[in-house]
Amino acid sequence: MRELNVLNNQVQPDVSVHYDFNRNLENRKLDPKPVLIETLQVNIAKLCNQACHHCHVDASPKRTEEMDQRTVDRCLEILTENERIINLDITGGAPELHPHFDYFVLEAKKLNKHVMVRHNLTVTFDGHPHTGESKRYLPEFFAENKVEVISSLPYYQEFFTDKQRGKGVFNKSVESIRLLNNQGYGQENTGLELNLVYNPVGTYLPPPQENLEKDYKRELKDKFDLVFNKLFTITNMPIHRFREFLLRSGTYEEYMEKLINAFNPAAAEGVMCRSLISVGYDGRIYDCDFNQMLDMQIQNGKPLTVFDFDHDELLSRRILFDSHCFGCTAGNGSSCGGTTAV
Amino acid sequence: MHYYETKDLKKFGEIGDFRKELADKFFEYYNTVTGEDGALTKREKALIALAVAHAKQCPYCIDAYTTACLETGANPDQMTEAVHVAAAMEAGITLVHGVQMHNALKRNGI
Repeated sequence: MRELNVLNNQVQPDVSVHYDFNRNLENRKLDPKPVLIETLQVNIAKLCNQACHHCHVDASPKRTEEMDQRTVDRCLEILTENERIINLDITGGAPELHPHFDYFVLEAKKLNKHVMVRHNLTVTFDGHPHTGESKRYLPEFFAENKVEVISSLPYYQEFFTDKQRGKGVFNKSVESIRLLNNQGYGQENTGLELNLVYNPVGTYLPPPQENLEKDYKRELKDKFDLVFNKLFTITNMPIHRFREFLLRSGTYEEYMEKLINAFNPAAAEGVMCRSLISVGYDGRIYDCDFNQMLDMQIQNGKPLTVFDFDHDELLSRRILFDSHCFGCTAGNGSSCGGTTAV
Repeated sequence: MHYYETKDLKKFGEIGDFRKELADKFFEYYNTVTGEDGALTKREKALIALAVAHAKQCPYCIDAYTTACLETGANPDQMTEAVHVAAAMEAGITLVHGVQMHNALKRNGI
């Protein structure tokens, strides 16, 4: 990757003209196209028990949008019809708060799909913010169904985690990881995968994933006797809540400049939109979860939904890029599975 | 308008407007020393640079190395300890010159 030289990299021309991601790709003769669809990433609910500062979904206990049964069933039908789609990645909000969440997982497992859940850890203890329904069964449910659990833990210390996700979240997350460890998650030879996600609290790029993973493993083991499998480092996208924060603090241009200066062609080759389709709660389909939040729906003469899903046609689509895509191509790259530039 | 403006750091490269070859040599040296893992990691180097930045009271360097520390995985506890090392060294350097004062006192017969 291109090195981030602390002082020298500040010596750059005015970059405001380079916010155009498409032009940036053209200038570099890069043309990332879809290569396969191996993952269906489904955002089933915007409701969440938390309201984190960085959340690109703007999820919170106040949100009510959720996927209806018919659309859930259509997603399952797509998984049935398309053997090449091997992963179901369920996200939100806190997806476990959706009334059909368990059904969705169980049915997808019957289809022998690999199921990933973006689990915020605290929902296990908090339960449903409106009904009070307990979610204490989740660690056992995940283990029984061999769900890959992917959970945000912004740092291995309380300070950063609570600053980003709210007071008390770190300690609750630690206890939730303990429950998952007790089920076998993160332990050797169980096949139960627990992956943690780091994203910066502020306007800086993530540290190298491999180095930070070692720190996380050492600190969580030494201080809390916790284990996990992999750490994914993710760059903060300059959209929604984080963009508002950047604008409020007068650092939007500075942050964009940082992302653009750190543009890495190898990361651009590995962007996740080349291998997944993102589904919104209302069934609309997108190139990624970020495009979903920006209403950049996939078009083919008309805006497409899961009910128009055609695997081969989708493979021939043009991926829709915009300025936020600089977030996925900075440094070592960023995706829902961590860095993309090897 | 202040004497040190954050945005002025972007103009650092202007030092190469004259005698560019000297600036080029400096930046190459600088980036090699600070920008690569060696016997010390980039994180360790960033923490040292942060401490030096405070000891030398360079506002540009404090901004740049606060970010560099975070981007190499350091945390505020480690960064604060680095600043304390700088402060302790400054205090120690001042106090150890008391030896020179004692030498001078002795020369004065005290």
